[in-house]
Amino acid sequence: MTDTAMIASAGDGNAPVSPRSERISRLLQHHGALMVLLVLVVVGSVAFDSFATPGNAASIIVSSSFLAIIAIGMTFVIISGGIDLSVGSLYVLGGVLAAYGSQYGFAVALLLPLAVCGAVGLVQGLLIARAGMAPFIVTLAGLLGARGLMLAISDEGATTYLVEDAAFAALGQGSFLGLTYPVYIAIALALAGMVLLQRTGFGQNVYAIGGNEQAAALMGVPVARTKVWIYLMSGLLAGLAGALNAARLSSGVTILGIGLELDVIAAVVIGGTLLTGGAGGLTGTMAGVLLLGVIQSLINQVGTLTSAFQQVVSGAFLALVVIAQRLLGRAQRLS
Amino acid sequence: MAEATAASPRVDRARLRGWLQEYGVYAAVAALLLFNVLFTPHFVDAANVRTQLVQVAPIVIVSLGMALVIGTQGIDLSVGSVMALAAAVVVLYLGYGAVPAILMALLAGALVGAAGGSLVAYVGVQPIVATLALLVGMRGLANVLVPQLKEFRNPDLIALGSGSLAGVPFVVVAAVLLTALVAFLVRRTTFGRQLVAIGGNRAASELSGLPVKRVLLTVYVISGVLAAIAGVLATARLQASDPTSLGLFIELSAITAVVVGGTPLSGGRVRVLGTVMGALLMQLLSATLIKHNLPQSWTQMVQAGIILAAVYATRERGTR
Amino acid sequence: MGAFDGPSGGRSTTTPQPEPDERRPSAPPDEKPGRRDPATGREPVLEAKDVSKRFPGVQALDGVSLAVYPGEVHALVGENGAGKSTLIKVFTGVHRPDGGELRYRGRPVAFATPLDAQRSGISTIYQEVNLVPMMSVSRNLLLGREPRNRLGIIDVARMDAEAERILAEYGVRTDVRRPLHTLGVGAQQMVALARAVSIDAKVVIMDEPTSSLEPREVETLFSVIRKLRDTGIAVIYVSHRMEELYRICDRVTVLRDGKLAHTGPLAELERLQLIALMLGRDAAEIGREGLTRFSRDRHVAADAEPVVEARRLRKKHVLRDVSVSVRPGEVVGLGGLLGAGRTETAKAIAGALPLDSGQVLVAGEPLRSGSTASAIRAGVSMLPEDRKAEGIIPTLSVRENIALAALPSLARSGVVSEARIDRIVDTFMRRLRIKAASPHQKVSELSGGNQQKVLLARWLALQPKVLLLDEPTRGIDVGAKAEVQGLIEELAGNGLGVLLISSDLEELVEGSDRIVVLRDGAVVGELTGDEVTEERIMASIAEHSREGD
Repeated sequence: MTDTAMIASAGDGNAPVSPRSERISRLLQHHGALMVLLVLVVVGSVAFDSFATPGNAASIIVSSSFLAIIAIGMTFVIISGGIDLSVGSLYVLGGVLAAYGSQYGFAVALLLPLAVCGAVGLVQGLLIARAGMAPFIVTLAGLLGARGLMLAISDEGATTYLVEDAAFAALGQGSFLGLTYPVYIAIALALAGMVLLQRTGFGQNVYAIGGNEQAAALMGVPVARTKVWIYLMSGLLAGLAGALNAARLSSGVTILGIGLELDVIAAVVIGGTLLTGGAGGLTGTMAGVLLLGVIQSLINQVGTLTSAFQQVVSGAFLALVVIAQRLLGRAQRLS
Repeated sequence: MAEATAASPRVDRARLRGWLQEYGVYAAVAALLLFNVLFTPHFVDAANVRTQLVQVAPIVIVSLGMALVIGTQGIDLSVGSVMALAAAVVVLYLGYGAVPAILMALLAGALVGAAGGSLVAYVGVQPIVATLALLVGMRGLANVLVPQLKEFRNPDLIALGSGSLAGVPFVVVAAVLLTALVAFLVRRTTFGRQLVAIGGNRAASELSGLPVKRVLLTVYVISGVLAAIAGVLATARLQASDPTSLGLFIELSAITAVVVGGTPLSGGRVRVLGTVMGALLMQLLSATLIKHNLPQSWTQMVQAGIILAAVYATRERGTR
Repeated sequence: MGAFDGPSGGRSTTTPQPEPDERRPSAPPDEKPGRRDPATGREPVLEAKDVSKRFPGVQALDGVSLAVYPGEVHALVGENGAGKSTLIKVFTGVHRPDGGELRYRGRPVAFATPLDAQRSGISTIYQEVNLVPMMSVSRNLLLGREPRNRLGIIDVARMDAEAERILAEYGVRTDVRRPLHTLGVGAQQMVALARAVSIDAKVVIMDEPTSSLEPREVETLFSVIRKLRDTGIAVIYVSHRMEELYRICDRVTVLRDGKLAHTGPLAELERLQLIALMLGRDAAEIGREGLTRFSRDRHVAADAEPVVEARRLRKKHVLRDVSVSVRPGEVVGLGGLLGAGRTETAKAIAGALPLDSGQVLVAGEPLRSGSTASAIRAGVSMLPEDRKAEGIIPTLSVRENIALAALPSLARSGVVSEARIDRIVDTFMRRLRIKAASPHQKVSELSGGNQQKVLLARWLALQPKVLLLDEPTRGIDVGAKAEVQGLIEELAGNGLGVLLISSDLEELVEGSDRIVVLRDGAVVGELTGDEVTEERIMASIAEHSREGD
């Protein structure tokens, strides 16, 4: 099978991008995070004795698992061309609800946060999809409202509910082969998410909406319905992550999650998903999550540098990544 | 967008919406004021008024910059971190005197704004991502420079924070002056007109020969400087530099103030007075709820509701 | 004329006549359903009966009736504003007609949404490929119909194989996993076409399908269209390219000013007649009495130095060695059909179109290519064709729109002088008779004509040397039209050099001292003095149509 189309090689006036250079830049975009991750892992292993240990690796993976779960939902949202700023607040809300609900047993501990956070996500999705309001503002309101709700049910943050159901606590703390259960949950969800995104009609719809919403509508994609599902899912996953974290900590800590949405967005963007929508994937997001974790670990290894420094690095990294994305995007465009 | 004869109820709804857009925030502020005057004890005390104004002043200053950026269809998430950075820088240079330290802090704000503005104007990065990177990076930088709460004793700076001019605290005076300055900028300068035109229709502005990139860059620089000013003033009032928590979440308050004040997120229009009113409204709301012993959480939830209502009421109608 | 295999003979239409309301005799609305195709006896698959559509201020369609039969390629032609795109939008469910009815497969229909029309079997290929650029070719092609495997998830291998198979029938052999936008436009069109057809279309509407295609790709498109025709699918082909129409289309419908000018077999129509129908003039008509405000008694010094000169402008696919010059006080008209390159020439002179090669000189000084600022500084002002997208700042007032480009000169050290602005705005509002409640009224509330005048004022405020006007009177009412024409006259009289683009031939002829005729991006003729007539323009265009490129 010939590589170039019979008539595809003729451009529309400008020199067509050769398949190979286009493939390379696409490769960089999709797997750039993974490559940088590998590089950093190698560098870290060589530079620091205590970096490449199984214990350290496990620690990075475990602490990243919650971010990963939220990032799965955020990936769908961003691919569809939207954004969800409420996930940080839904995360802490989920945790408090889980701890509170644990006094009524495992089921309530797990389902209460899912129900409430899912409901918030649903409302946001409806406002965005049916009322046509900008995702930025709607989820900004969600950020404030959800945190307010959390404060309301926890005595303005003063009450830290303890997880009273042993089975539920075990969900967050139990481990298998050195990794806690939330890690496996995250992996399972990521795999399911990948199938959903790449191999189902729903996933195709998400890409289509983010790529060209008007064309998608004309091609028969149920735009509004898809969007509602996306934000619902994002809310559910954020709530789930919060619940699992509460299980791990055995309590519903109320000061968490501030600024978390930005970490999630950073992970997704670094992973190669374009903020403008229409492109990206979960493998990149997972790489991005791990990358942020590795960076933090490396900075801890240096020891003398504070978490503040990690923030500087993260910020610079994010900036570099989007600039690179922008330049790669320019190289790819035919016009 | 002149529509042909519309059905009567639709015209009324459109007119109502228009009225809400223009004057809604003023009405809300007036209503809240009235409520407080009537039902809140000691509300009209000089001490209380002063407290409220002092608390809202930094938010107003930051919101002014945010309004300008939003007017160009952009957004600036980095303002809180710039405040923190300014707090760090001013305390570091205090040894040279209050004035040089303040100038350095403002310079820092300008540089951060220039970084964000360059990314947006020249590289074409989306404003939300560009300023997001700065939000993360700059607060980190601020924390690296000043890792812990650092008190200072410089009398000039302390005077700036706690002193008054004819009974009005300096902080409030600064906010008023800056409001006037920004209003002047928007209404009476070439720059202001061009800014608003660019937000309204970028293609037409380019074709009309406007220096689009230069204006965009400048707008972010201004936002950075204003955030730095707010940071310096807040630090002066606190009598300590606290980069860890200074300005946290303030970008949300600023965006809220701008949106509630009637400046559309889609750009093309900047309502300076409306923005100030928006900030006042949120402040009053929070104060009202506190004074009537309603918990902080309610404030946040009501704020969320107001944002949604404001945006819902003012959203542009449909596509073609 | 190209040979083609369409039905001919049978009941023929009347020869084209000057009256714009000429219509073929049709059955009264309440009688028997469709008219059968004279040659094949088939019923129409898609039919418009007396369709009308009105938008604020303009009657886009006025009682248009036409019939499209299965297995035919039906050309739909007309200039800008003729109603083509509105008619297409009615067919595809974007608009609902105000009057008349739409019939599909013998029954009256009213589509609620474009998706509705699509599901019924009416597909559209747009000029701009309306698919998802970043998704792969195969996913675009099969979105919503991807083959599944036993587990119920998408079988990517089968999907890719299926896509390859389908596209091979359309002459496209490529790696279907590539993102769509990495394909050439021709291939992208094929993907769009393949998708449209594979959704079981009965009618395929193609809107300017060849505007970005290489000749080779056009051939492929035509062979595909012929295959479609053979399978009984009807194709509505919207284009202004004469040779193509005559090669591939069986019948033609000509729209003008929202009304039906003609419908019938294409073979019976000479090119010149077709053009005359499109532009509204009979080829043999003489009678001239200035219906425009142009007086035609300007004096232009023949040996004066040109104030603007475009030399051999070249841009791939768009302009081919176009050279135009304008002397002070002269009005040069650019004639030609849609897509001839008139707007692009003007944009290139204004610095809004980066060129591959060529130069623009203003008063002898060369301009920087692709820089609007440079052009504006040199004194070039352009009134764009699309005033909504490229002209008006809708959120601002009349006053602010007028003052926009001239701001630097209306300010002192950055501070705007309201007095100076007031003066300028006042001057122009009076001189151009801009009708607004006050200068502070939002410009989006003004009528089209007044918006146009606001834009004109914006540019005149710069005191330009050269004025490029692209369709200055389009979409504005007769009174405003006359005023703008008078203004153009006055400006030329004051020494301004004017480049005029207008699809109103009469306006072009009456207003221009000289006309440069363009076709497919190249200059095909220059008319001066007595040669400036409508017949000569049309002849220039038609003549080159016949000879081909």
